[in-house]
Amino acid sequence: MNRLATQLPGLSLKNPIMPASGCFGFGKEYAKLYDLSKLGAIMIKATTPETRLGNPTPRVAETPAGMLNAIGLQNPGLTKVMENELTWLEQYEVPIIANVAGYTTDDYVTVAEAISKAPNVHALELNISCPNVKQGGITFGTDPLIAEELTKAVKAVSSVPVYVKLSPNVTDIGEIAKAVEAGGADGITMINTLLGMRLDTITGRPVIANVTGGLSGPAIKPVALRMIYDVAKRVSIPIIGMGGITTIDDVIDFLSVGASAVAVGTANFVDPFVCPMLIEQLPAKLDELGFETVNDLVGRSHRL
Amino acid sequence: MIRQEQMEVVHQRSIATNIFELTLTGPLVLDMKQPGQFVHLRVSDQMEPLLRRPISISTINKETLEFTMIYRADGRGTALLSEKKQGDQVDVLGPLGNGFPIDKIEAGQKALLVGGGIGVPPLYELSKRLVEKGVQPIHVLGFQSESVVFYEKQFIELGDTHIVTADGSYGSAGFVTNVLETLQDDFAVYYSCGPTPMLAALEKMYPEKEGYLSFEQRMGCGIGACFACVCDTTEKIDADYVKVCSDGPVFPSGVVQV
Repeated sequence: MNRLATQLPGLSLKNPIMPASGCFGFGKEYAKLYDLSKLGAIMIKATTPETRLGNPTPRVAETPAGMLNAIGLQNPGLTKVMENELTWLEQYEVPIIANVAGYTTDDYVTVAEAISKAPNVHALELNISCPNVKQGGITFGTDPLIAEELTKAVKAVSSVPVYVKLSPNVTDIGEIAKAVEAGGADGITMINTLLGMRLDTITGRPVIANVTGGLSGPAIKPVALRMIYDVAKRVSIPIIGMGGITTIDDVIDFLSVGASAVAVGTANFVDPFVCPMLIEQLPAKLDELGFETVNDLVGRSHRL
Repeated sequence: MIRQEQMEVVHQRSIATNIFELTLTGPLVLDMKQPGQFVHLRVSDQMEPLLRRPISISTINKETLEFTMIYRADGRGTALLSEKKQGDQVDVLGPLGNGFPIDKIEAGQKALLVGGGIGVPPLYELSKRLVEKGVQPIHVLGFQSESVVFYEKQFIELGDTHIVTADGSYGSAGFVTNVLETLQDDFAVYYSCGPTPMLAALEKMYPEKEGYLSFEQRMGCGIGACFACVCDTTEKIDADYVKVCSDGPVFPSGVVQV
């Protein structure tokens, strides 16, 4: 028996650890460093119908125990992602979760319908939480009705289960979670980045060209844990948790509050080998804590 | 191949105001191919500062498995790096990026090397390789003021060297372009690293010459995955953008929009 195996809608994971969307490109850079088949899954970079060139630079700024980014969903567009990136990824034994983004409902529907037919795409991650684009993104993720309608529209055309990526930049994330569940979401991924700013203290100017950026990294872990803990109580669909995961203890904490699997984002930039390292460390950590399988650990904070 | 390695500090010293020369050793040096490549360093094993620091390679010595970097300590990360002592370990990811091509020039030809401030260091290894090949380098190195001038002697040993400072406190006064106007343009290829306005001025000055420019941009991952360091391109190449970390940092002149 594989103690790390995790079953989720559409996803039969050999382990519960995967790189988060936007922090791993389409895998090519990391494939030079290690075998991508080691990963539980890969959440590829957000894909939009057309090529997007993203925001002006500077696009990133370091913050205490974290970073701000405002990349702006730069990607080569649906056709190139399917022809070049997804086809290339087929050489690896790893399910792909395709992050879907756009300006309009039609954009999401177009990408979802096409990309969900790729043989290695086993699930979609609906990006209704990118804080760095002026249209689309987060505007779909802050209103429960709009989030529900978009989920429904995408569910209607997708050939694979649909996960919805939630934004923490809301008053009540549980309300959004319930709305996407009502819209037919098969799962939730959370959290996206927290909107933030950094200034050049001497000039008073924002460091990031986009003025604001999304905060990620260890700094946001407590916020992510709290939100997953809340959402896990309010929905019955599974959660893939993310938000500052860097160490094996972080992985345990996210599973404990109710995530069935986890995604690692910013930590890939600090240590490009972090995902395989965490996968390797997980069995010993389960032993140390006295759990037979990953599954036994999921949601234990709610059972205390 | 890109590797992550704990490398040992051989020595570190201050060579000008806030400018440090740091030498590390380890097998990773064997993978360093071109002058102009860089490494991505963790300056601390704590979560603050979190991200790696990209620093260019100024000297490669495969026999001793040592490489040297010259950097300016102007932020918290580089200030911490400047505190590393002999025997300390540094987490190095590298070598990264594409450096200066030396196969574009023949023995007996002249090369113009133009550096600005903290863009000067990668030109040192480049110049050494060019000299080994029989190329005659001409160095034009610009600095802010006398207190931040470094490696003048080392460059002089390799060839003709002109130092210029913005405030005129050392060498000639003004910018590298003021010196370039006084020089003959009988070089075959020019190579440069420094602030973008300087690179732009060079492109304008030598539109007919073959040139290679090293760009700087704020980076995240350093390996091409995060899309933080993209630059717009000109119509000269069939790509909408390039990534400084993995497509560069060195590009042929005219490729990056300056």
